[in-house]
Amino acid sequence: MNGIHDLGGMHGFGPVVPEPAEPVFHHEWERRVFALTVATGFLGRWNLDMSRSAREQMPAAEYLATGYYEHWLFGLERLLDEKGLLPRAELEARTLDPRSPGGTPPRPDARALLASNVPEALRDRRGARGATDLAPRFKARDRVRVRDLNPVGHTRLPRYCRGRRGIVHQDQGVWIFPDTNAAEEGPKPQHVYSVRFAATELWGPAAPQRDFVHVDLWDDYLEPA
Amino acid sequence: MSGHDHEPDHDHDHDHDHEEGSPLSDVALRVRALESLLTEKGLVDPKALDLLIDTYETKVGPRNGARVVARAWTDPAFKRRLLEDGTAVVSEMGFAGRQTDRLVVLENTPAVHHLVVCTLCSCYPWAVLGLPPVWYKSAPYRSRAVLDPRGVLREFGQALGDDVELRVWDSTAEVRYMVLPERPAGTEGWTEERLASIVTRDSMIGVRKVGPP
Repeated sequence: MNGIHDLGGMHGFGPVVPEPAEPVFHHEWERRVFALTVATGFLGRWNLDMSRSAREQMPAAEYLATGYYEHWLFGLERLLDEKGLLPRAELEARTLDPRSPGGTPPRPDARALLASNVPEALRDRRGARGATDLAPRFKARDRVRVRDLNPVGHTRLPRYCRGRRGIVHQDQGVWIFPDTNAAEEGPKPQHVYSVRFAATELWGPAAPQRDFVHVDLWDDYLEPA
Repeated sequence: MSGHDHEPDHDHDHDHDHEEGSPLSDVALRVRALESLLTEKGLVDPKALDLLIDTYETKVGPRNGARVVARAWTDPAFKRRLLEDGTAVVSEMGFAGRQTDRLVVLENTPAVHHLVVCTLCSCYPWAVLGLPPVWYKSAPYRSRAVLDPRGVLREFGQALGDDVELRVWDSTAEVRYMVLPERPAGTEGWTEERLASIVTRDSMIGVRKVGPP
C-alpha cells in the first residue's frame, strides 16, 4: 500500500536528532510491547510480513504522532483481534478496569513461548529464505527497470524507485515474497536482487553524481531494461 | 520526529483511578491490560518476556559488532571472509539469530562510504548491533537517508568530500547490513580488545566515522 510508512524521499520532517547516551528502552511499557510482540510471534498464528502489514494499517496521522513501539502495539492488537486470540472489546474493558474478566476462555491449543525455550528460539533464524532452488532471471550487471506497481496490500517495494532503472549488483538468493505472504496467499519464493540506482536516476540531474542507492528487490518487482 | 517526546505520563495522571497510587500513562495501562490478558489465556509466559527484554537490553548490542570490527581491523584473513560471507563469520562468533538471516558487511574506505537505512520500517542487524536507536526509526532519517544522505551525514558532523562515492543501502528485504568503518590513525599496535572499545554503533550504521583516539 502507498502508506505513510513508505517514507523514503519525503521532505519536511526536519533534522535527524540523535539522543546522547540513549537507553535501549525509554519506558517500561516499551519493554513489554517489544517482548509481547516477539513472544507472540512464536505462536505461529502469523508471519513477519503480516506483522509489518498490520502496523502499516495505522492511520497516517496517528503513525506520525506516535513512537515506534506504539506502532508495534497497534499491529499486535490488530493481529490478536483478527486471529480471535484476544477480541479488542476484552482489551478495552481490561484497560478501563483491571478487574474486568477476560471473556474468552484460554486457548488449550496455544503454545506460549516458555522462558526455557527463549535461548533456542532466539538462535533460530526467521526462515524467510525460500527453500526452492529456482533459477535466477537476472545476474550481476544486468540492467533492470522497477515495475510501476501500486498494490493495495503489503509490499516491500518503496515508491521512490518505482519505474526507475538500475543495475543488478548482486543476487541475494531465494526468499519468501512479502506481498503474497502478508496476505496469507502463500510464500511464492523468488530471487531477491540488490539493485543499484544512481541518485540522479532517482532524484534527477541535480543529485550528486557519486551517490548511489542500493535496494533489495524481489523478482516480481523487476523487468529487464 | 521520534514520537518519544510524547510523554503522557505527566499529562493524564488525574484521569485515572490508580489503585496503588502509581501514575501510568494511557499506553502503559493498555499494555499492562494486554499482558495480563495474554498471560491468563496462556498465550505468553511472563518469565519469557523478562528474558527477552534482558537479552536485548543487556546482552545483545553494539558491543557484538564492535568485536567483529576490531577483529577485522587486526586479522586480514578474517576480514576477507567477513566481507565474503558475513553471515557465516558472525555465526561462528556466536552472534547468529533473529533479524539476521543474511548479513552483508560493507567496508568503508577513503574512496567509498556506506550508509544503512530502512525506509519502510526499522530493519536492523539485531544480532550484531542490538535494537536500533530512535533516530534510526524516525521519519527524518528514513525519509532523507536516501534523498539527501550527505545532508544527513553533515547533521552527524560527518562532512563527506565530493570525490567520495556514497552508497546508501535500503534494507527492504531480509538482508541485513553492517558497515565496517575505517580504522582510525593512531591505533597502531592496539589490542583487539582496546580497538573494540572505540568502535561506536553509529560507525557501524555509517553515520559517523570512528574518531582518532
